[in-house]
Amino acid sequence: MNIRQLSWRNLISNPLSTILCLLLMTLGVGIISLVLLLNNEVEQQLQKNVKGIDMVVGAKGSPLQLILSTVYHIDNPTGNIPLKEVAKLKKNSMVKSTIPLSFGDTYNGFRIVGTTHAYIELFQASLKEGELWSQALEVVVGSTAAQINDLKVGDTFHGSHGLIEGGVVHDQFSYNVVGILDHCNSTIDKLILSNTESIWKVHGHDSDDHECSDPDHHHEHDSHQEENAMITALLVKFKSPMGFLQLPRKVNETTNLQAAVPRFEINRLIGLLGFGAQTIKMIAIIIMVVSGLSIFISLFNSLKKRRYELALMRVHGASRWQLVKLVLLEGLLLSVFGTLFGVIISRLTLFAVSFFIDANYSFDALSFSLINEELWLFPISLFIGLLASLIPTIQTYNINIPKTLSNE
Amino acid sequence: MLKTQSIAFTYDGSHQFRFPDIQLQKGENLLVLGESGIGKTTLIQILAGLLHPMQGSVELNGTNFQDLSSKNLDLFRGKHIGMVFQRPHFVRNLSILDNLLLSLYLSKNKQDKKRATQLLEQIGLGDKLDSKPDQLSQGEQQRASIALAVIKNPDLILADEPTSSLDDTNCQKIANLLKEQAASTNAQLIIITHDQRLKSQFNKSITL
Repeated sequence: MNIRQLSWRNLISNPLSTILCLLLMTLGVGIISLVLLLNNEVEQQLQKNVKGIDMVVGAKGSPLQLILSTVYHIDNPTGNIPLKEVAKLKKNSMVKSTIPLSFGDTYNGFRIVGTTHAYIELFQASLKEGELWSQALEVVVGSTAAQINDLKVGDTFHGSHGLIEGGVVHDQFSYNVVGILDHCNSTIDKLILSNTESIWKVHGHDSDDHECSDPDHHHEHDSHQEENAMITALLVKFKSPMGFLQLPRKVNETTNLQAAVPRFEINRLIGLLGFGAQTIKMIAIIIMVVSGLSIFISLFNSLKKRRYELALMRVHGASRWQLVKLVLLEGLLLSVFGTLFGVIISRLTLFAVSFFIDANYSFDALSFSLINEELWLFPISLFIGLLASLIPTIQTYNINIPKTLSNE
Repeated sequence: MLKTQSIAFTYDGSHQFRFPDIQLQKGENLLVLGESGIGKTTLIQILAGLLHPMQGSVELNGTNFQDLSSKNLDLFRGKHIGMVFQRPHFVRNLSILDNLLLSLYLSKNKQDKKRATQLLEQIGLGDKLDSKPDQLSQGEQQRASIALAVIKNPDLILADEPTSSLDDTNCQKIANLLKEQAASTNAQLIIITHDQRLKSQFNKSITL
C-alpha cells in the first residue's frame, strides 16, 4: 500500500464521479484530436494530389473549380481549350513539362480521362497487372474503379457521355482494358485512363455518325481534328520557382486561357475549412475546461468527506507533501487518462468512419500514430488537471489536524 | 518514558488550560479522568504533538517535541505514538488490512502483511481482513482502530474516549484489549475519558 495505490483506490471507489470526469475529458480531447486528425488527413490528401503540379491551364472560370475538376476530379471542368493555344505554352522557356487532360465521359460514374503516360508517373502509380495503353481506346484502370466495376485486363466497356451517371452511351466505340493500377490512395484510383486520341475519337465520331464507314473521309476527319482539337486542361511543371511569379499572370493576362496555381487555391480552401475546424476546436476546449471544473468539484466534494481521513493519515505519520501528492495524483490521473482515452477514441471513430463510409478509402497509417499538434493535448490537459487540483491541494496542505480531529 | 512539564494551552488567549505534570515509565498505564470541556482532547493532542503547548514541554524517550521540525514531528508521531479516537476512523476506501498496511507505510515501517493479519486474528477480526470499515459493527470498528494504533509497536498509546460510545460488555472488552496490547509491546498507555466505568480497571489515575 502506498500513496499511488491509495489515490487509485479512491478513484475506483467513486465510479460515478470518476466516470463523469473521465467522460468529459475524453469527449473534449477526443473531439479536438478528431478534428486535428481529419484536418491533417484532408491536408495530406490535398497536398499529395497536388504534388508535381505547379500550374493548371484551362478555360476561363473559377480557379478553384479548375483545380477541383482537374486535380481532384470532384467538380465539372470549366470548359475546353484549343490545343493550338496550349502548344505555344509548352514552348515557353520556364515550362519543364506538361501533361494534357481531356475528359467528359464516364463509366458508371468513374471518369474516363485522356492523357499521357506522364500522368501515371506523376502519381508514382505502378501497374498491378497488364500494360500501359499503346493506342486509342485502350485503357488503364485505377484500382478503385477496377474493383467496384469488376474490370479485369481484357474486359471491354462503353463510356457514357457526361460526368454524371445516366448520360448517353457511346456504344459505337468500346474501350479495352489493358492494365490495372496498384492502389495508391489518391485520385488516380478512381480514374479510367487512356490517351487523348481516344477521347477525340469517341467524340469526333459521335458528332459525325454517318462518316465513319468511309475510310478516306475518316482520315481527313482526323487531321481536321488535330487542327481544332480541344483538351480540357494542361498540367504544367515549372523549371524553377520563378515560374510561379511570371507564368500564371502572363497566361491570365495575354491569352484566353485561365491559369491557376493548385498550391494557392488549396491553401485558400484549407483556410476556409480551417474556420469550421477552429469553431469545433473552441467548443472542444470549452468541454475540456468543463471537465477540469468537474474534476475540481469531484475532488473538492470528496475532500470534504475525507477531511478526517486526511487528518488521520497525518496522525499515522504522513507528511503534508504526501497528502498533497495523494490529491494531486487523483486530479492528474483523471486528466491524463481522459486525454489518453480521447486520443484512442478519436482514432477508433476515424477507423469506424473510414470503414463504413468508403471501404476503399484507407487513412494513412500515419494518422494512427500521434500527430504533432496532438502532443499539445497532453500538457494542456495536465495543466487543466493541475489547475483543478490546485484549491483542493492547498486545502489539504493547510489542513488543521487538531481542529479536524476534534470536530469530526 | 513520557515526561511533561507544566503544560499550559489557550485557544483564544482569555481562557487558559493548565495540566498536571505526567511521568510514565515503560509499560505503565494512566487513566486521565475529567468532565467535558475541561481540555481532555487538548491534552491528548498536545501529548501527540498535534498541538503545540503555549508553555511547558513534552518529552518522549528523551526526544523533546519542541526540538523537532513539523515534518520530523509527523514522522516521529507516526513511528512512536499510536492513537485511538472516540469514534473509530479509517481510510474508507481501503479494507481493514490495507488500512493497517497504509499505517505502516506512512510511518515508514516495513509493510508486514503477516503480522498485520496475525494482529487482526488476535483481536478477533480474522474474518474481516478484506472488509471495508463501513461493513464492520461499532465494536468491531473500535477493535480495528486499536489494531491500527498498535500495528507499528508504538512506545506510547493515546486513547481519547475509546469506550464512551460503547455498551458495558464492549467497554470492558476494549479496555482489556488496550491493556493487553500495551503490555505485549511494553508501551505506555494513556486513556483520557469521562467514562467512570474504567476507573476500577486502572490503578494509576489522575483527575483534571
